Amino acid sequence: MKIHEYQAKEILRKHGVTTPRGVVCATSDDAAAAAQQLGGTTWVVKAQIHAGGRGKGGGIKLARSADEIRRYADQLLGTRLITSQTSPQGQPVRLLLVEEGAAIQQEIYVGLAVDRSQQRVCLMASSEGGVEIEEVAVRAPGKIHKAFIDPIAGLPDGEADAIARAVGVPVASLPQARAALLGLWRAFDASDAVLVETNPLIVTDTGEVVALDAKMSFDPNALFRHPDLVALRDLDEEDPAEVEASLYGLSYIQLDGDIGCLVNGAGLAMATMDIIKVYGGTPANFLDVGGGASTEKVTEAFKIMLRNPHLRAILVNIFGGIVKCDLIATALVKASCAVSLKVPLVVRLEGTHVELGKKILADSGLPIISAGNMADAAQKVVVAGKGKH
Amino acid sequence: MAILIGKNTRVMTQGITGKTGQFHTRMCQHYANGAQCFVAGVNPKKAGEKFEGIPVFATVREAKQQTGATASVIYVPAPFAAAAIDEAVEATLDLVVCITEGIPVRDMLHTRYRMQGKHTLLIGPNCPGVITPDEIKIGIMPGHIHKKGPIGVVSRSGTLTYEAVGQLMEQGLGQSTCVGTGGDPVNGMKHLDVMQMFNDDPQTEAVIMVGEIGGSDEEECAYWIKANMKKPVVGFIAGLTAPPGKRMGHAGAIISGGKGTATEKLAAMEECGIKITYNPAEMGKLMKAVLR
Repeated sequence: MKIHEYQAKEILRKHGVTTPRGVVCATSDDAAAAAQQLGGTTWVVKAQIHAGGRGKGGGIKLARSADEIRRYADQLLGTRLITSQTSPQGQPVRLLLVEEGAAIQQEIYVGLAVDRSQQRVCLMASSEGGVEIEEVAVRAPGKIHKAFIDPIAGLPDGEADAIARAVGVPVASLPQARAALLGLWRAFDASDAVLVETNPLIVTDTGEVVALDAKMSFDPNALFRHPDLVALRDLDEEDPAEVEASLYGLSYIQLDGDIGCLVNGAGLAMATMDIIKVYGGTPANFLDVGGGASTEKVTEAFKIMLRNPHLRAILVNIFGGIVKCDLIATALVKASCAVSLKVPLVVRLEGTHVELGKKILADSGLPIISAGNMADAAQKVVVAGKGKH
Repeated sequence: MAILIGKNTRVMTQGITGKTGQFHTRMCQHYANGAQCFVAGVNPKKAGEKFEGIPVFATVREAKQQTGATASVIYVPAPFAAAAIDEAVEATLDLVVCITEGIPVRDMLHTRYRMQGKHTLLIGPNCPGVITPDEIKIGIMPGHIHKKGPIGVVSRSGTLTYEAVGQLMEQGLGQSTCVGTGGDPVNGMKHLDVMQMFNDDPQTEAVIMVGEIGGSDEEECAYWIKANMKKPVVGFIAGLTAPPGKRMGHAGAIISGGKGTATEKLAAMEECGIKITYNPAEMGKLMKAVLR
């Protein structure tokens, strides 16, 4: 679960990380008024959307007067901001963060994430702040310094200092840098985060170390112990189809193809998308119905897939195993009737009672196309999808 | 021979009294030698009771002492599952198979930290389990689709593993052991650990390695195979069509920062001498061709 920059900064401040003073605004009047509230001569107007790449996308503006703030606020509020990380339609801007300007002496990248092979949280820092870290990783991997953090002992002072020195923080600012790095780690650890990133973390002309940016993302499986974080969730920032699917225990992700997939199990669901591609089609979505393919779940899955205007055919690929195929077949027939399915439906069933399941599909009187295996199913659905229009 | 488990393995179920634990313990009891293999259950509140003739104990340690069980399978709900693994590790079991899905990453980071230098092997969490066909199954996979034979199977996911097994069976190829390592980013045994065991197992003649996007388990395994593996390996990676930054169901199945793509993994595997396919329907046929 992601949150907004201004929310992440609130959390970081609680853990001793310095951030610029700022005001969250929903109107351009409020934004203009923030100039006086904050004081100073320069301000930064930042669009609050969950996606990254805001700077290049035009969502972060430097203003030198209250009028200029108002102008930028008018430009941004209520429009859709398109960045490299949003959908092509962009993300609506509903809130702005207006912050005091900072005198940047040095920019550093700092990120924390779980490293799978080390099975530790990894703190990464680079002297190339303000730049995409992936870019640095490719161009100058030697400039990324890492510390793998002991989950019990945490980040030792010495290690924080070593990282700060390695990325070129001046000696006079080492205590401030240490406070920032330890604060980032504590925020990560205390909130069950899976990502904490500040790009850039800056050293100011007076030697302060300040997080100009903040990105946090949390482990969905740990939210049960963080009601305070759940309250920060902004459903406007999430794909409505994905949100609705999750209410029914479905894992759904819309893609840009035209063949819908309904599969049990994430691995098989990805493989089903892949095999559609092998036979010349393009998947319209990833959809994992999980363990039990009940009538209710399948009906909801169909409804969600059918809302996609590009959908031309549906492939159901269920490796029943312990779940009985006759039950799944009955669920599919009922769901097809419930949504008055118009697009071609190809079904591949495998597992216990497979013959009975196929008979139920055949006897239903519905134009369901039965497939013997994955390859057969993929070939049939690609043909069916092309024939429809 | 097979790996990890066989007909003489004695197993306890942690979380035997829950709905999932009950259902799958019954299924495991009914598979091959299951009635002899599944000897104990653990639930501190139901100690002294019985489930399908299996005695329930208050602790893992007690279950081990009273029944001689050296392996456990965990169906405990996610918020308590990491503590259940810890208990099994403290009781020095040989093997823990954790089926539970949705354990917080932080819990697993702590559990794996505590497991350093300990005797116990962990499979999972968020995995289908392990089966040595016609001997024993510990987990939630459908037993009847398997048959004893020469092929080792290692995979992260559940149903995609069943798909691979189904394709092997179409080719008349049975399996030595099938291991599902699980879809979580922080887990126990990885492809590499399982591959090393298959390499040393006289029953296993070849291995199917099924992977998916995210992390670098498959690459690390591939480099080891290149230097050490004495047997042919066939591989497939799911997620060629998955877009970056989107979590594909499994907590670990995400392409992040441009790393962990299926294309990268398949290239590394091919370079290391693994016979790969881009078509998930061809895993069985490719294995048959490799053995010929």
